[in-house]
Amino acid sequence: MLSKPFSRSVWAVEMADTMSETIVIRAPIGDSVERSKARRLANGRGRYTDDLCLPRMVYAAFVRSPYAHARIVSIDASAAARAPGAVRVFTGPEIAAIVEPWTGEAAHLPNLRSPPQYPMAVERALWQGEPVALVVATSRALAEDAALLVEVLWEELPAVTDPLAALEPDSPLVHPELGNNLAFSHQVGRGDIGSGFAEADHVCEQTLYFGRHTGVTLEPRGLIADYDPTLDTLTVHHSHQAPFQMQMVFARHLGIPEQNVRVILPDIGGGFGLKLHVYNDEVAVVAASKLLGRPVKYIADRVESLLTDIHARDHRVTAKIAIAADGKITGLSVDDICVIGGYSNTIRLSTGEGMLVLMFSGAPYDIANYQATLKVPFQNKNIIAMYRGVGQPIAVTVTEHMVDLAARAAGIDPVEMRRRNYLTDDQFPTTGPGGVHLEYLSLNTCLDTVVERMHYPALRTEQNTYRASGVYRGIGLATMVEVTAVGPVYYGPAEVGVSTIDGCTVKLEQSGKVRVITSITDQGQGTEVGIAQIVAAGLGVPFADVSVVSGDTAVTPYGGGAYASRGIAIGGEAAYDAARTVRDNALSLAAAILQADPRSLDIEDAQIRDADTGTIRMSLAELSKIGYTRQDTLPLDVQPELSATRSFNPKVPAFVANGIQASHVEVDTDTGFVTLLDHWVVADGGRLINPALVDGQIRGGVVQGLGAALF
Amino acid sequence: MKAPPFQYVKPQSLAEVFELLGEHGDDAQILAGGQSLMPTLHLRLSSPTVLIDINGLDELAGISIDDGQVTIGALTRLAEVLKSDIVNAHLATLSRAMPHVAHVAIRNRGTFGGSIAYADPAAELPACMLALDATLIVQSGQAKREIAASEFFLGLYETARTPGELLIGARIPIDPPNRVNSFLELSRRHGDFAVVGLAATANAVGDRLEDVRLAFFGCEDRAKLAGRAALAVSGKRADAPTIDAAIDALTEDLDPVANLLGNSATKRHLAAVLTRRALGELARGVGEATHA
Amino acid sequence: MHDRQEIALTVNGEAVNRTIGVRQHLVDFLRGELGLLGSHLGCEHGVCGACSVRVNGRVVRGCLMLAVQADGADVLTIEGLSETGEIADLQEAFVAGNALQCGFCTPGMLLTSAELLAGGQPLTRAEIREYLSGNYCRCTGYQAIIDAVETVLAQRVGG
Repeated sequence: MLSKPFSRSVWAVEMADTMSETIVIRAPIGDSVERSKARRLANGRGRYTDDLCLPRMVYAAFVRSPYAHARIVSIDASAAARAPGAVRVFTGPEIAAIVEPWTGEAAHLPNLRSPPQYPMAVERALWQGEPVALVVATSRALAEDAALLVEVLWEELPAVTDPLAALEPDSPLVHPELGNNLAFSHQVGRGDIGSGFAEADHVCEQTLYFGRHTGVTLEPRGLIADYDPTLDTLTVHHSHQAPFQMQMVFARHLGIPEQNVRVILPDIGGGFGLKLHVYNDEVAVVAASKLLGRPVKYIADRVESLLTDIHARDHRVTAKIAIAADGKITGLSVDDICVIGGYSNTIRLSTGEGMLVLMFSGAPYDIANYQATLKVPFQNKNIIAMYRGVGQPIAVTVTEHMVDLAARAAGIDPVEMRRRNYLTDDQFPTTGPGGVHLEYLSLNTCLDTVVERMHYPALRTEQNTYRASGVYRGIGLATMVEVTAVGPVYYGPAEVGVSTIDGCTVKLEQSGKVRVITSITDQGQGTEVGIAQIVAAGLGVPFADVSVVSGDTAVTPYGGGAYASRGIAIGGEAAYDAARTVRDNALSLAAAILQADPRSLDIEDAQIRDADTGTIRMSLAELSKIGYTRQDTLPLDVQPELSATRSFNPKVPAFVANGIQASHVEVDTDTGFVTLLDHWVVADGGRLINPALVDGQIRGGVVQGLGAALF
Repeated sequence: MKAPPFQYVKPQSLAEVFELLGEHGDDAQILAGGQSLMPTLHLRLSSPTVLIDINGLDELAGISIDDGQVTIGALTRLAEVLKSDIVNAHLATLSRAMPHVAHVAIRNRGTFGGSIAYADPAAELPACMLALDATLIVQSGQAKREIAASEFFLGLYETARTPGELLIGARIPIDPPNRVNSFLELSRRHGDFAVVGLAATANAVGDRLEDVRLAFFGCEDRAKLAGRAALAVSGKRADAPTIDAAIDALTEDLDPVANLLGNSATKRHLAAVLTRRALGELARGVGEATHA
Repeated sequence: MHDRQEIALTVNGEAVNRTIGVRQHLVDFLRGELGLLGSHLGCEHGVCGACSVRVNGRVVRGCLMLAVQADGADVLTIEGLSETGEIADLQEAFVAGNALQCGFCTPGMLLTSAELLAGGQPLTRAEIREYLSGNYCRCTGYQAIIDAVETVLAQRVGG
């Protein structure tokens, strides 16, 4: 009997109706409205973290370990401290003295072990690039000059790099106190995998190796930490996705009261999950600001970024699939060794990559017998954490590859193979092999669509014709089942302090225009536009009347920010609720002014109207003006409340989406070079708030995936 | 990634350059286009004491043609080489190679001489110089030296230019009317350095190839002529047996160096593939010349 | 030989005089000394194109040029280019077509595209892609960018 993922009740929760009965879907919801903020950026008026300068600001550069594993014997920073422009040099112990260490453990995964981690290496460096000293100077160039003068005496230690060797009993240890290099292991499954394979007509096995990837945001990571010792306040301008997480982290780990910590997001040059995390070098910079009492700026350069931005996708997966003669899958097993670097990443955990492989392998298919195991070794390399997709690219690749192998073994066309094995509409809601609740997946509809778009039968015929003349073309399919907008059941039990709710304030200005203050954050996706569209529709005003503010923990409601494709799904609901509340409040005020029943009124196009006839009774502008400046004309018991804040707590564990992609390539069999000829994407996006922005996200994601696969 | 501190000087004459080189030797580096030098400085792979900016020496730039030879000054921007009517009319190999060299912005600053003097093993221009049987001209003080391309590229980033000398240009014989050529570069993305590349030239005499030159780049520690392979084809029709013989001979010509873009066996294989394709293209060129 | 130098140049049509350290590259100068923050640093080794600026009429990697090398030069950044209106049609096409998301690559993309458009030549889509291949974007997947340039080029050169 195999153990179950998390707690079974988490995934089998009754799906409550997430939408209110009276939800109003009207323009501009569904319109591809232009992202006017982009005009600023297209004119070079973006203000990213490195564009900001604060008074008395100084610049940080790091001394980093050149070794994968080494003991720090001694550090002599005296020459560096005297270098031109040098302000201070900090070593690991000095920073550790004022920072609470953190771990990459989680309350709900008691067998995930990861020792406490400080911002900079104290005794040993565990990966090439781990910071060991921080130099602060009056310019980045001078800080780099001084950093070269820091003398570190190293004792190189054996490095753990190979994932399999890491698990051998005689392997050197990344953390000797743990006794071995296994950070975590887990397994999931259902049915009887033994009989699933025994009764099969074909069994295929394959081991797939995935190298490390990193997300490469064009704007590197960075922050300006500004600590004021006279008030014990900390303001951090941060290129980040989750400002409230960082507010919590800085407060907790630097001992600053949370209400005194403010995290502000400037324009951000891409996130992709990289900028979701707690980076030890960034915390070190905050600590330096606290010790110096002045602003410290740190912008990772490209080499530092490639070296120390979190990595992902480092897996070695052995998969086996069993099918009957008619192609029906009788069993699937997946054994994933997913390395995680020197520590498990704090808060977001490094286990996500592997856990999502276990949970999502085989997801589109009707598979009764499933077994998946995960082993997570430590490694003397950079930390693994969440980069766009988080393990699901692996789950999809493994699953679809095995299905294709099985199809070939049984002589069945890959499309037909999928038709025979997909979960059918009448099987939903159901639980996937990995234990994930699947409310509904439009698998067959998406497959039908892509088959039609790519003219599949004709393409196969063409492929065969070309093959006969020595031209090798390939056709590939990848069914995608993706978890998005995870709710509290994912992070809550981990007790890591991550917010999965989001909030939104909607307020009318005196002129009847609308300001929206949202806790979701935008790194270019355009979520702010979607929020504005939802508010405009919910409140009943033109899109152009709405402006959006985000990314400031002193200003916005508390919320999770941007991760796991949650901005509109969760933040949008909060925005809608807030907009409807302001609408109701406005109509209540209008009713008092007009001596009418509020239920007989509506707002459309910024006019208060009779709901039945559409006759304009007064403008929203007039209403706001009265509500804010002419309370003398109102009955004494009327309290105008022309703003509202609402939060949204997703009632489902996650929104699981699906789609399918197809690729048509030509392989030069003499050189091994692959040319991409065509690529199709069919994605079930549910209700599209802004189709153009959705397209933009899909294209960007696809190209990141193509880059990873082909280049 | 900021450059280390250095002193900067921008000489107004060649004489001044040589004085400075004489005075500072290895502590000085020449700054021409900067497209290779500046990344090196930013990555702190190099710490020259003095940077000698030669961009003021206008006499070192320009493309001219005289008596069957094209002269390209070292300071000529790659963008100028790309656009040059003289190059496009008379040096087909170079004309074909130029679009592969980096990207627009790099070509606007990068110089012809810089690429050749730097001699990156995967760069296109050194191989073009070999394929075109160019002569490189270096100068120190008043003394000029002329070095055949086949004797210029000596090792990894190492050329026959000695530290006190400046590469001032190249002289390249124009394509004869019966020139056939091929330029093939395998790279993952446009503008990348080559995984393996081949610049091939020959002259069609009747239905045969003469003076075959096969210049590989991205294969060894420098651009290299595959002499034995060329010999196997010279004076012959480029038919299947001849091409096979050239491929066989190639194993003696090339000893590929593994790098991030491929191991030795892969590069050896790819070199053979490119040889087959290039010789095929030369043969078709002969056919067209014959039927012209 | 010196490590500080006075330079006099024109930036976005305005005369500029400064004394600077010789090792400072052009984009650090433009950003740090002149507050022209529209040119960005994505790699500082000439690969990503986010630093693209126009010097003496040609687009260059601003991170690979020393500021002292711009002495006497005519420099144009995204700010100046925007003010001249030279690519107003392209900037509008970018916004209308969602050809920018985070915006970090965008100034560089526009500087390179401006040179492409200034060439006045009709180009195939493949040629446009090749021209812009030295400017990286991680957000858009490039398609919308190429669409915008292709559309504007066709409008300008006809057909």
